Amino acid sequence: MDITEYIKLVFTDYTLRTITLGTAILGAVTGMLGSFAVLRKQSLLGDAISHAALPGIAIAFLITGSKDSNTLLIGALISGLIGTFWIRGIVTKTHLKSDTALGLILSLFFGFGMLLLTFIQKQPDANQAGLDKYLFGQAATLVESDVWLMAIVTGLCLIVMLTFWKEFKILLFDADYTKTLGFNTRFIDILITTFIVLAIVLGLQTVGVVLMSAMLLAPAAAARQWTNSLSTMVFLAAIFGAFSGVFGTAISASQDNLSTGPVIVLVAGVFVMFSFIFSPNRGLLFKQIRFIKNRRDLELHKTLAFMHHIAETHEDISHPHTIKLLNNFQGYTRSTLQKLVDKDYVQLDGNMWSLTKTGFEAAANLYTKQSTEDE
Amino acid sequence: MSNAQLEIQLIASLVAVACAIPGTFLVLRKMAMISDAISHSILPGIVVGFFITQDLNSPLLILLAALTGIITVVLVEYIQKTGLVKEDTAIGLVFPALFSIGVILIAKNANDVHLDVDAVLLGELAFAPFDRLLIAGIDVGPKSLWVVGTILLITLTLLILFFKELKVSTFDKGLAASLGFSPAIIHYGLMSVASVTTVGSFDAVGAILVVALMIAPAAAAYLLTTDLKKMLALAISFGIFSAIFGYWVAHWLDASIAGSITTVLGLVFLLVYLFAPSKGIIAVMYREKQQRTEVSLLTFLLHLKNHDELEERHVNHLREHINWQKVRAKTVLDLAQKNNMIYIEKNIVSLTKKGDEFTSKAIDYIMTNEDAQIEDMKDDFFLFRG
Repeated sequence: MDITEYIKLVFTDYTLRTITLGTAILGAVTGMLGSFAVLRKQSLLGDAISHAALPGIAIAFLITGSKDSNTLLIGALISGLIGTFWIRGIVTKTHLKSDTALGLILSLFFGFGMLLLTFIQKQPDANQAGLDKYLFGQAATLVESDVWLMAIVTGLCLIVMLTFWKEFKILLFDADYTKTLGFNTRFIDILITTFIVLAIVLGLQTVGVVLMSAMLLAPAAAARQWTNSLSTMVFLAAIFGAFSGVFGTAISASQDNLSTGPVIVLVAGVFVMFSFIFSPNRGLLFKQIRFIKNRRDLELHKTLAFMHHIAETHEDISHPHTIKLLNNFQGYTRSTLQKLVDKDYVQLDGNMWSLTKTGFEAAANLYTKQSTEDE
Repeated sequence: MSNAQLEIQLIASLVAVACAIPGTFLVLRKMAMISDAISHSILPGIVVGFFITQDLNSPLLILLAALTGIITVVLVEYIQKTGLVKEDTAIGLVFPALFSIGVILIAKNANDVHLDVDAVLLGELAFAPFDRLLIAGIDVGPKSLWVVGTILLITLTLLILFFKELKVSTFDKGLAASLGFSPAIIHYGLMSVASVTTVGSFDAVGAILVVALMIAPAAAAYLLTTDLKKMLALAISFGIFSAIFGYWVAHWLDASIAGSITTVLGLVFLLVYLFAPSKGIIAVMYREKQQRTEVSLLTFLLHLKNHDELEERHVNHLREHINWQKVRAKTVLDLAQKNNMIYIEKNIVSLTKKGDEFTSKAIDYIMTNEDAQIEDMKDDFFLFRG
């Protein structure tokens, strides 16, 4: 199936439409909440939570015996929350650092979950097949009710976010100040964390335990590069997330043997890479260009100062000198010289250069005035 | 106990020891999550290595995969250095991407590769004894035993040779650098050992258990001691205990050995977390409660010292004026009486001589912050133990 056929199918085929919608909504909600996780320096919390959700799924299945995704997700939510608050307990009450706490909870809960899953699989009676889809996720198993659930949670999350926008924002950037203003920081904190856990749990069925953290991080990290405003960042992250979901689904549907989860993650990764390189303010490319430009400017100043130094020794400041004089001087290139000419600081005549009056004055004031107007 | 069972326990124990050593340093250097990242991102290395060698235990595959681990570390550090995102975000971005590449590589070649993602993540210790190493036709034991044994031997040798350097650079980077040990070499050395250990062990126990075996024993040990050698020894013993005990739990439940070892590790950590003598959660909560009471006591004594009026020193006043609840007021009064700092006459509280001296000393200490004056009070009060 190629891409055009895929686009046609999205509108006609039930399964494909459901999956595409599901991954798009999922990407949007995780991107939105991921922005908070990234800014709160809790990027890896998502990884820990998604792993910690596994035993909850298994226990929910053991208790209810049903494979209904909503039941299992409630189990996942509870065990994810327990994991989160245990991490917090370890960090605040002991001297273990947050990385250790995250790694601990992640691996211990996951291991316990695996123990339960294998235990379930060995049970003779259960119709246990399909639980392991939560490991790597199977977008193909999404049905309309799952998408509805996602949409409802996303809507809820939007409402809460808009209601508590001010509180979220202030807690994010200045927790102490928030406290002195009399906000219940603990409540806001728990609210954000719960929604992050909720978003992660929602994604387990689609992208799975292992890759869920990337869904949370990547759109937010990409969005962060384009803006310094929280609202724009959240908005951008939601868009990046949604597009990763849609493109990822499209690519994996148009190829054989491609699971959706990893493809979505890779697409999100491409967004991140693109943002890292090409974002105008923070991006590596423009940073490098600015760096080179600054160096050029410095060298231009150096050349000018050097010319001034020579011209000083002559009575006539515009006495011509050969360009060769500048040759073993680092700051000299044809283009920088041309720049000086453009500014009317220097006159060129064949192989000779001479300072103009303006050039001489500019050079004389170069280091005293610390002028910034010339680039 | 059959021969295979013995071999499984031996392999698990060796893996536990091999993981505990780098794990201890990772925990101390606050880089525990790097082990998680490495354990995931070695997947593409393993897959590519497997295409080339067609043998999961080949040394070339281990080296290739370990190289992916190092690449992860370098990538994370590069992204971090650009300052575009924080370190934890960098980790969180790199390993899922590499892991996804691995998963896709496996899926695209599913027909020609006998390798599935579950096996990489979870391992299957139960099958380890069936893959024998034959040298000149003689069976010398399971392959993974040899692989893990070799890695452990190398790790131990490096640990003994560079113990001093590791110790100094872990606790004081600046000092290590000024003494002439390159922090970079030690850092990447440790990362290489962690990578090689992860790769060497994943086949036997899976990537997640490797993380658990690296972090959990070290974290539990760190709650019990602050001595590096003791911590290493404790971490190793926790690891071995969980490996052996976990095997029997799995045997009894007929479930995944890796999962059950991790669960036992979790229980061990939980016990230590709750009951560790001075850093466990119960000890910490008790200390915090005690400190709160002692602060109240001090406030109370100061109040008594400052007021001669009878009504200010009436028992009921405690509750009315200082606004304490009944239970709290009683605890404070009891504590003060037990220490002979106050006496109560007709519900009027007065300071004894001891109480008066104590209060003066405490004020002195609070104002001057000099340690020497309160040496004799430290034994009775948590508050002054720093």
